[in-house]
Amino acid sequence: MTFTDRTDERLVQDSSPRALLQNLVHRLRSGDLGMIPVVTGLLVIWGVFYAMNPRFLSSRNLVELSLDSATIGMISVGIVLVLLLGEIDLSVGSVSGLSGATLAVLLVYQGWPLLGSILAALCAGLLIGLFYGLMHTRFGVPSFVITLAGLLAFLGAQLQVLGRNGTVNLPGSSKLIDFANFTFLPDWASYLLAVAVGLAYLATRVLTLRRRAAANLSAPSLRSVVVRAVLLTAAVAGVAWYLNIDRGIGAMPLLWVGVIITMDFLLRRTTWGRHVYAVGGNEEAARRAGVAVDRIYVSVFALCSMFAALGGVLAAGRLQAVSQTSGGTDTNLMAIAAAVIGGTSLFGGRGSVYSALFGMLVLQSITSGLNLVGVDAYVRYMVTGAVLLLAVTIDSLSRRARKSSGSG
Amino acid sequence: MSSPVLSLRGIGKRFGAVQALSDVDFDVHRGEVVALVGDNGAGKSTLVKIISGVYGADTGTIEIDGRRVSLTGPKSAQALGIATVFQDLALADNLDVVANLFLGQEITARGVLAEERMESRSWELLRQLSAKIPSVRVPIAALSGGQRQTVAIARSLVGDPKVVLLDEPTAALGVAQTAEVLNLIDRLRQSGLGVVVISHNMADVQAVADRIHVLRLGRNAAEFHIDDVTTDQLVAAITGASDDVVAERRARETRKETP
Repeated sequence: MTFTDRTDERLVQDSSPRALLQNLVHRLRSGDLGMIPVVTGLLVIWGVFYAMNPRFLSSRNLVELSLDSATIGMISVGIVLVLLLGEIDLSVGSVSGLSGATLAVLLVYQGWPLLGSILAALCAGLLIGLFYGLMHTRFGVPSFVITLAGLLAFLGAQLQVLGRNGTVNLPGSSKLIDFANFTFLPDWASYLLAVAVGLAYLATRVLTLRRRAAANLSAPSLRSVVVRAVLLTAAVAGVAWYLNIDRGIGAMPLLWVGVIITMDFLLRRTTWGRHVYAVGGNEEAARRAGVAVDRIYVSVFALCSMFAALGGVLAAGRLQAVSQTSGGTDTNLMAIAAAVIGGTSLFGGRGSVYSALFGMLVLQSITSGLNLVGVDAYVRYMVTGAVLLLAVTIDSLSRRARKSSGSG
Repeated sequence: MSSPVLSLRGIGKRFGAVQALSDVDFDVHRGEVVALVGDNGAGKSTLVKIISGVYGADTGTIEIDGRRVSLTGPKSAQALGIATVFQDLALADNLDVVANLFLGQEITARGVLAEERMESRSWELLRQLSAKIPSVRVPIAALSGGQRQTVAIARSLVGDPKVVLLDEPTAALGVAQTAEVLNLIDRLRQSGLGVVVISHNMADVQAVADRIHVLRLGRNAAEFHIDDVTTDQLVAAITGASDDVVAERRARETRKETP
C-alpha cells in the first residue's frame, strides 16, 4: 500500500537508522537547527561548571536553579511570542516591576486579598499590552520605540506606586511566598506526574496515528511512539528522582513549564498560533489570505505584557519583597536573551516557546555556576554578553544557510 | 454563448487627479481563459484589484452569475467565488505547503487544527492540478519558483471559486516552469472555472487564452478572439497608435509588398 503523501518518486523512502541520521545531518547543514545549539550549550556549560565545582550539579543547586529560572523565564515566554512576529518588547522588565509593585501595594497597604491583588497586577500587564498593540496597529509606531517609551514610563509608574518608602515587604505568611519558595511536589506526586506526562503524550500521538491512518497518510510506527513515550516518562521520572534528593520539583517551576507546554500547544495546534507564525513569516501574505493581522498583533502584545506581569508577581513572591529595583537592571535583557539563546529567531516566524525554557536554563546556569565558582559580577555580565552574541550569530548564520540551501 | 460568470459594466476608478479606469466593460465565462493585456499604466492592476475586492470601484456595476454584487473587501470577493493569485504569490516562506494552502481558511475540529483533513485535501487539490510537489510538509522556502506558483494556484482553489485571477503568473519563471503553469491554467479551464490571466508575454497569452481583452490608458481598447488575431494587431492595440515604430515598419513592409 502506498500512502497519499508517499507517492512521489523523489521522496527519500529509506527509514533505516542510518538514513535517519543522514537526514539529521542534512537538516543541520541546511540551517534547520531547532533546539540543538541550546541543548548542546547547556550540556557544555553544565560539564564545565561540574568540572570546576562538583556541587554545581548537586540536587540542591539544581532545585535552586529551577526556582531562580522560573520568574524571568515566565517573562521570556512572552518575549518568544513577540519575537515570532518579528517584533520586540523592551519594557518587560519595567512592566514586571510595575506589576510587582501593584501587587505589593494592594496587598500590604490596601489590604486586598491575595488573589484579587494578583489579578489586578495581571490586568495591569494585560492593559499595557493592549495599549502597545493598539499603538502598533492603529498608528504603525515601531514596537521598538513604543516599548522603549514604555520601559521609561512604567519604571516611573513603578516608583510612583511604591511611593516614598521604596520597598514593600510582603507579609511572611503570604501564600505567594510559600508558593514561590517552599511549595514542592511530594515524591509520589512527582512520579505520578512522570507517568501522567508519558500517558498524555502516548494518547495524543496514538490519536494522531489513527487519524493519519484513516486519511491514508503515512505515520510513524506505533512502536516508535511507545518507545518515545517510555523515554519521556523515564526522563521526567529521572529528573524528579534527582530533584527529590533535595526538596523536589517546585510548584513555581512546574507552573512555568506548564505555561510553556500550553503555549506550545496553542501555537502549533490552533488557528491563532498558525496565524502568529504566518504574520511573522510574511505579514502581507497573511493579510491577503484574510488573517486578522491586527488582532494577532494586539493579542500577542497583550499576552507578552501579561506574562511579564506574571513574572513580576512570581519574582515578588520569590524575593518576598518589591523594591525600586524590582524588574530593573538585567531583567529585560535576561528575558530577551533567554528567548534568543533558546533559538527563537530575531527575524520573525521561526522558533518555539521551548526556547524560553532552555535559554533561561542556560543563562541561569551561567549565573549560578559563576556564583558558585566565586567570581565577581562583572565576569557574569561579560560571559552572558558573549553567550548572547554567540546565539545571535548562530541565528544569523543558520538563516544564511537556509537561504543558500533554498529553505529560508 | 452562455451568460458570463463575471461581468463588469462601466467600471471607473479615480486616484486623485488620475482617472485610472473609465467606463471599462469586462466579461468572463465558465471554462474560458480571458487574457487581460495592456501597457504599463493601462489599468490592468487597478482592474484586477477591483475584481478581487482590494479597491472599490467609483462607478459601474459588477455581476456574478447575473446577480449584482458589491465587493467590500478581499474577503467578500473570496466569499463570492473570486480567487486571486497575486504576482508576488503572497506565500509565507516559513510555513509548509499545507499551512499555506489553508492560510486564513484553516479547517478545525473542536478548536484544534485538523491537520490530517487539511493534508488529504491538499493532496486532492495538487492531484487535480497534476502538480509535481514531492511533499506537502516542506516549507515553501524549499520549493522552486514554478512549484510556488503551483501552490499559489492550488490555494486559490481551496474555497471552490468560480473565477480565478492570475496576475503575471509566468513573469519570473523559466521555460519549463512556464509551460507547467500554462498547463495548470488549461486544467483550470477544463474544470469549468472562469480564468483571467494578466500578462505582458504575448506568446504565453496566445498559447493559453480564448479571448484577449486589451486595456489602454484606462479604457477598453480592443477585444480579440484568439483565432483571429496576430501579434502585430495585439501590439498595435496595446500601444494604441499607428504612428509608433512597430506600426510604421509594418506599414512600410506592407507598402513594399504591394507597390
